Amino acid sequence: MMDDKQTVLDILKDLTGEDFSDNLDEDLYSSALLDSMGTVQLLLDLQDKLGVQAPVSEFDRNEWNTPAKIIAKVEASK
Amino acid sequence: MRWYIPYGNPTYFIWLALAIIPLMIGLLYGHRFRGYQTIISLFFLILTFGGHNWKTGISLIGYLVYQLVLVWLYSTYRQRKETTNKGWVFVMAVILAIVPLVIVKVTPLFDAGRQSIIGFMGISYITFKVVQTIMETRDGMIKEFHPVLFGQFLLFFPTISSGPIDRYRRFEADYAKVPAQSDYLDMIQKGVRYIFQGFVYKFVLAYYFGTILMPQIQMRAMMAHGFSWNIIAYMYAYSMDLFFDFAGYSLFAVGISYLMGIKTPMNFNQPFKSKNIKDFWNRWHMTLSFWFRDYIFMRLVFFCMKHHIFKSRTTTANVCYVINMLIMGFWHGETWYYITYGLYHGFAMVINDTWLRFKKKHQKHIPHNKFTELFAIFLTFNVVCFSFLIFSGFLNTLFFAPKPF
Repeated sequence: MMDDKQTVLDILKDLTGEDFSDNLDEDLYSSALLDSMGTVQLLLDLQDKLGVQAPVSEFDRNEWNTPAKIIAKVEASK
Repeated sequence: MRWYIPYGNPTYFIWLALAIIPLMIGLLYGHRFRGYQTIISLFFLILTFGGHNWKTGISLIGYLVYQLVLVWLYSTYRQRKETTNKGWVFVMAVILAIVPLVIVKVTPLFDAGRQSIIGFMGISYITFKVVQTIMETRDGMIKEFHPVLFGQFLLFFPTISSGPIDRYRRFEADYAKVPAQSDYLDMIQKGVRYIFQGFVYKFVLAYYFGTILMPQIQMRAMMAHGFSWNIIAYMYAYSMDLFFDFAGYSLFAVGISYLMGIKTPMNFNQPFKSKNIKDFWNRWHMTLSFWFRDYIFMRLVFFCMKHHIFKSRTTTANVCYVINMLIMGFWHGETWYYITYGLYHGFAMVINDTWLRFKKKHQKHIPHNKFTELFAIFLTFNVVCFSFLIFSGFLNTLFFAPKPF
């Protein structure tokens, strides 16, 4: 489980250039760290690196807007 | 009996108030009178699509049956265990869903400006709802087809003519429950405020800009034959009219929805305060731009990235921006000015992104302060107003259309 968390944080770091290890509840959209392009990249990375099949439709911005929520989604899908 | 465009005149609001009060009392005491809601929905649909508009009423019914059957068939296909989720079936379903709209949009082009007989007010907004439902059914996010709920969603009368475009899963969740009393009281408060704000927008400000100011400027611009400052004046007056008229309508639609215990999403969020064009599309006609973002742009980007169509991320984004906005232009109508409007916004997004990347790279050398922010707002406002001038078709009337005198 720890690995999933680290992988998500790495993906997010690649995408936004920021380390969220201590900021798990940062809102990625309201702080404009993630846009539509970044979101798609995130979905593809989650698919490639963690095998999480998350279609674009599932991406409700209110449910995937913080690192903590994304990690929870990834763990739930396993 | 008279026939009404939704929110078009005071009598319509009196009908609304009378019809909604019983529903509101129910909601306040923990009941949603669904049967009653269906009856008043039918009543308001008849007010709009009945009488001398009866032909469009028939078209609406035909259209509804067609889409219900289509979504039902696609949903059945997706729910069957033995079938796989084939891409071509999905593409066929989407094409079939937009065929009626395409016919309606293209007919005037081939039939000397005449409107198609299968058209009716609001067809494009219902089409958006159908297409997104098919897409979410493909993704497995919508798991069952419920004809009555789906019909309620498509025909939700406060938003039938021009949106805001709701989402099925969101709408259905609201419709299924009764808000807690304290939440509902809060919704009433907001709803009433929206409706009054809508009155000011639509019947005071849009009336002033659109009905009083614009015809005068238009006349002067026509008399000047060719370029004149009147065109610039028209550009601003038209932009203000467009905003206050549409934002006013949207406030009515959202306000009435709230009173009915449905949180229809907002359509505008102070768009003229936007700092750049991307910010603008997050604030202007939001349910439409989010629809395009979620169901066209992101899917297109997803497809392109997954299949490595373009080498760089930047190229992918740029191509998708232009395609996305171009489709929006075509959606508005098959005239050169709508399509140019779409392309203009597509390229504006590309330029905006390029600038933001440049700015990020040279952060240290580019000043950022109150003044630059004001300048950004000013610039965005003018870029947007110019796009509305194209959109208005006035340039077409001035320079290309046959002269009336």
